[in-house]
Amino acid sequence: MAGLGLLGPGLPDWDRGRAILSGASDWHADTTLIPSLTCLPSAERRRTGVPVRIALTAGLQACSHAGVDPATLPAVFTSSGGDGENLHEICTALAAGERQLSPTRFHNSVHNAPSGYWSIATGATPASNALCAHDASFAAGLLEALAQLHAEQRAVLLVAYDAPYPEPLRTVRPIPHAFAVALVLTLQPTPTALARLEVAVGEAPPSTLPSGGLEELRARIPAARSLPMLAQIARAESGTVVLDYLGTLTLSVKVRACP
Amino acid sequence: MRPLVLSAYTATSCIGHGTGPMLATLRAGRTGLTPCPPQPYGLDTCVGRVAAADDRLLPAALSEFDCRNNRLAFLGLAQDGFSGEVRARIARYGSSRIGVFMGTSTSGVRETEQAFAARDPDTGALPAGFNYAGVHNTFSIAAFVARALQLTGPATVISSACSSSAKVFASARRAIESGLIDAAVVGGVDSLCLTTLHGFNSLQLVSRRPVRPFDAARDGISIGEAAAFALLEPADAAAGAIHLVGTGESSDAHHMSAPHPQGRGARDAMERALHSAGLAPEQIGYINFHGTGTPSNDEAESRAVAACLGTRVPGSSTKGATGHTLGAAGALEVVICALALREGFMPGGVNTTHVDPALPVTYLLGNQDAELQYAMSNSFGFGGSNCSLVLARAN
Repeated sequence: MAGLGLLGPGLPDWDRGRAILSGASDWHADTTLIPSLTCLPSAERRRTGVPVRIALTAGLQACSHAGVDPATLPAVFTSSGGDGENLHEICTALAAGERQLSPTRFHNSVHNAPSGYWSIATGATPASNALCAHDASFAAGLLEALAQLHAEQRAVLLVAYDAPYPEPLRTVRPIPHAFAVALVLTLQPTPTALARLEVAVGEAPPSTLPSGGLEELRARIPAARSLPMLAQIARAESGTVVLDYLGTLTLSVKVRACP
Repeated sequence: MRPLVLSAYTATSCIGHGTGPMLATLRAGRTGLTPCPPQPYGLDTCVGRVAAADDRLLPAALSEFDCRNNRLAFLGLAQDGFSGEVRARIARYGSSRIGVFMGTSTSGVRETEQAFAARDPDTGALPAGFNYAGVHNTFSIAAFVARALQLTGPATVISSACSSSAKVFASARRAIESGLIDAAVVGGVDSLCLTTLHGFNSLQLVSRRPVRPFDAARDGISIGEAAAFALLEPADAAAGAIHLVGTGESSDAHHMSAPHPQGRGARDAMERALHSAGLAPEQIGYINFHGTGTPSNDEAESRAVAACLGTRVPGSSTKGATGHTLGAAGALEVVICALALREGFMPGGVNTTHVDPALPVTYLLGNQDAELQYAMSNSFGFGGSNCSLVLARAN
């Protein structure tokens, strides 16, 4: 893992996140600070919703941390639900009998909107993927990124993100906060590498977090199911963590800390 | 890449349930497009509808997934002995060693549209019984297919608009190559909904007439619906078997809803697919164009094809027959390419009468018999997401 980006409630970036997840500082409940994007032309910037903003911010942070040009990386984006605000507006308009939808709302409704805006913002022309596996979306994205790394033999960016739905969808899908995490994965160790990862699918019970507040994030936000792995990396300790995946399946991630 | 065999494949769309009726419609050069019913869609256009998806309820054991999109999937899984072939692979590999990779753009969003229309007028609450995970979430289609086929291994949806179910082939082959799984069920399912009909219409991309891809008078898409599936596993050498031999993906880095005018990303995807197959451009015998029928898409694609393959490879868009089935189009058109390779014929483009002379490609207006060895299928989507696949018939 050559670079890491993080954005969540009380976790404004990986530097602060590392201090909190390693136990060096306390986590304080907060809302997620949604950044504006300077990497997009202003016309495009005004059109983007929360998922695009948090996904691109985390992705850029990870690339900068890894010291790689984002334009050179294939990317895997994964989210449990996409842009709930946008979906809400479209469904509300259609339910009211409106038939003239906003063209911008429509093209922003595709699940690969962050992937598309990422490519426009960074000039990246390699393959870019857009996955959804409901609560299993983080692990599904990690497996896709690792399979790409293996098959294509080149570094890959993984971005997992989730954003809250407005009511009435929020009642049936209560994601409490926006959260994004991004990893730059390479085949060979790099000078900035944080850890070496070995991943296997199994059925061991998932790891939890000692802090009640962070554990609640892990349990309620699919992208935050990455947190036990991030905490292991933050502590710069070698060890194995188990991440939630699909049904009875989980991912065992053996983390070896880089010196 | 190491070739994978399509040990089974099937498709259900407005040109037939299963490959038998589908082949007959293609052979007859007919379209499945019909006028769009005013209720509930409310748009003066033509659509490729699968009427049988309206009212076939799912069996009780699958009722948590009951929505029109999953009914269409269930209808599709019942054709061509597909489910039986999957059961045979479960016996060979085990249920957790077969992955599920499904492409969709809107999954069950038609149900969400209906739930919003049925909100409580006082509280704004959604109707009781709203099942988010089973029906509304984008992943619903993969969860449903896995449950229906009793598969318990890795599963995901790829939702990259109109390239979704082409990209599932690329992801599945990487998962097999990396040893994560031994075989994969891949496919695409998308169904008619107000969001896509009125969304594309708001972008002025929908034709009122049946779509005429590559025609000088082309004026937009016709939207269709389909469920298409393939079973992929490491290749055996049986003569006549259809193989996936190349995959290529790229990003336009240009615009959310318009293609790069020179087809830069499309060209990248085709070149990467050829490279991954280890083929020279002149080895491609037939190309199934993305060919949506909008003026700018067909123009950009024809430039990309001319730059990558030259101007003489015969090709057609089968969307004149099926409509643009969006997230199902990639898998549907892989099945059409498999039939073309198997049966030795190239389907002509239906509805098109006067090929636009400004498009530098060889466009087939009628069916043509040909002993094909390699066929390419293109799929390009919003967000500049491109995927090209190369299929082969084993000698």
